[in-house]
Amino acid sequence: MKVADICDAVKGKLICGEDKRDKDIEFAFASDLMSDVLTIKCDSLLLITGLANLQTIRTAEMSDAACVLFVRNKTITDEMKLLADESGIPLITCSITMFRAAGELYKAGLKPLF
Amino acid sequence: MSEMNFEYKVEGGDFTRAGYASSQIKRMLKQLGVDSNIIKRVVVCLYEAEVNIVAHAYRGVIYISLSTDRINMRLTDEGPGISNIPRAMQKGYSTASKEVREMGFGAGMGLPNIKENADIFNIESEVGRDTTLDITINLNHEAA
Repeated sequence: MKVADICDAVKGKLICGEDKRDKDIEFAFASDLMSDVLTIKCDSLLLITGLANLQTIRTAEMSDAACVLFVRNKTITDEMKLLADESGIPLITCSITMFRAAGELYKAGLKPLF
Repeated sequence: MSEMNFEYKVEGGDFTRAGYASSQIKRMLKQLGVDSNIIKRVVVCLYEAEVNIVAHAYRGVIYISLSTDRINMRLTDEGPGISNIPRAMQKGYSTASKEVREMGFGAGMGLPNIKENADIFNIESEVGRDTTLDITINLNHEAA
């Protein structure tokens, strides 16, 4: 599933990483617990989260997440965007809940890890 | 490649900078062409350990020593120390503050995850003084 398709499925907005619209993503993992994200051994991963701070982007960088989707209209700061840009990680925001985002993306074909 | 050494200072409580050293090391290992699975193990260890200093200690220093076949990471801090290391190594045990938990950490997963990703892991601590982690990862083969 491409980053652009993920945006469409959750009616989200790509706020960073415009050049990554065609990037392919196969799996998704939803968590607000960054230590849990750091236990995942998968590269082509969409991180779905409600936690919006610099460490969310750092965690995505360290765990080689391919894209981050922030649910429930979280505020993404300029520092977060800058760090995501440096790390080549596209960021998407959407207004729906984490449960609904996960459901819509599962329906659209993204796979769970376990 | 001869041995390369790097040093990074870490300030307790400074969550905006947490992860800087890990990010630098990740870039360097990528440039050196190290296998991506091994890079991930290195940076997950380093990042979790770096966050631990920020979350629990007053200040700390990261010493990285990199050679052709392995990376040694020593993270030493000045802080409250750990009174019961076996308990700290248990999954789910944490003394982290509410602020640390709000940052997405402090669930008692960091130290066990470091141990799992490291080829050699050692932790020493003196209560009221310091904690030192020594982490070694071999760069030319998969996990032991």
